[in-house]
Amino acid sequence: MANKVYPDAKSALEGFTFEGMSVMSGGFGLCGIPENLIIALRDSGVQGVTVISNNAGVDGWGLGLLLETKQIKKMVSSYVGENKEFARQYLSGELELEFNPQGTLAERCRAGGAGIAGFYTKTGVGTLVAEGKETKVFNGETFVLETGLVADLSIVKAWKGDKEGNLIYRKTARNFNPMMATAGKKCVAEVEILVETGELDPDAIHTPGIYVDRIVKGDFEKRIEQRTITKRENA
Amino acid sequence: MAWSRDQLAQRAAKELRDGFYVNLGIGIPTLVANYIPDGMEVTLQSENGMLGMGPFPYDEHVDADLINAGKQTITALKKTSYFSSSDSFAMIRGGHIDLSILGAMEVNDRGDLANWMVPGKMVKGMGGAMDLVAGVKRVVVVMEHTSKDGASKLLKACTLPVTGINVVDLVITDLGVFEIDKHGSQPMKLLQLADNVTLEEITAKTEATFVNALR
Repeated sequence: MANKVYPDAKSALEGFTFEGMSVMSGGFGLCGIPENLIIALRDSGVQGVTVISNNAGVDGWGLGLLLETKQIKKMVSSYVGENKEFARQYLSGELELEFNPQGTLAERCRAGGAGIAGFYTKTGVGTLVAEGKETKVFNGETFVLETGLVADLSIVKAWKGDKEGNLIYRKTARNFNPMMATAGKKCVAEVEILVETGELDPDAIHTPGIYVDRIVKGDFEKRIEQRTITKRENA
Repeated sequence: MAWSRDQLAQRAAKELRDGFYVNLGIGIPTLVANYIPDGMEVTLQSENGMLGMGPFPYDEHVDADLINAGKQTITALKKTSYFSSSDSFAMIRGGHIDLSILGAMEVNDRGDLANWMVPGKMVKGMGGAMDLVAGVKRVVVVMEHTSKDGASKLLKACTLPVTGINVVDLVITDLGVFEIDKHGSQPMKLLQLADNVTLEEITAKTEATFVNALR
């Protein structure tokens, strides 16, 4: 029986990292990011990484940690506004950046994982995003060809997982994690709760274990970027 | 006096209809949620992967796993569903969302929209804006009529890199409301003036051509 369960994030990445590799990292903002695997990726010392992630973390947390150590060569993202070190490296030319519309990025990951080489979308037609890309008219409307994305490694975060690698996400922490889990040549998942195989409801599983090569239980800080609250009226 | 931010949001709320699924952008569009008429059922979508967005939580109910597209902590409702970002953008790109209300830097009279980058400045990215304008059934822009230096933001041609072409249906500014025939050849129409704004003033401050369709 193959064992997918690893004792910690560091061992879960062993043998999966190499210079110049591409990594998909799940999460939206700091919500649902694989925080332990990002730290382990930093500690592995791997260099020249292309990171595919909707955002680039913040200074001092999430993918911001990998930017500080200059391990990222290129980012493929839709929005990177929350990170001063990112801006500094980008403006100085140290860091390459490819912007994808958020939906295009999500669909490129989904397509990549499903073996779909390319797809046509209306998103970005007539904009900088479509420059140099093939367009085609369907039913009188113009669409642009976007390609599926795969990465050497995907790192994802789920709420619950079992030893088979089946995953369940929680609330909006799902975001990019399910598609990225399918689009990595190798996929490592970290979970808050790791249970015995058979304890999850098979009808409730979001990511079937076939996509997950290794799984590790982590401890999570779950930092919040914008803590917005409703004040209680005084009784 | 032209319309305030809250008055702009109030005017934009008049574009809501019972049963609509709506995506609100960051800034003034977010305020529209405060002006949903009583008795009207509107479901708010958040493009990170949620349908049925509730208000900000009480302090003790803050949940790091529950945020909106502006990364703000929020709450769920009874009708809420969660899904992946690819399912979320399938809703958006597949034309299932009725209305998107968003901000803009420039709009032209053919409905081209620029709201994501200024060359020479740090570009943060387009996020979901290009998907929303390309896929949502009706796109309403809420913006200041002029830039800080007084230049018209309603133009004959956008000068900034665009977010989409022929995408905007309605523009609500602090000076008035304009309708755009984005897929046709009708000229842009001035539908309404803001409080205490004259036709002369709005004409002087609008570079784009429009016809007077005030009712």
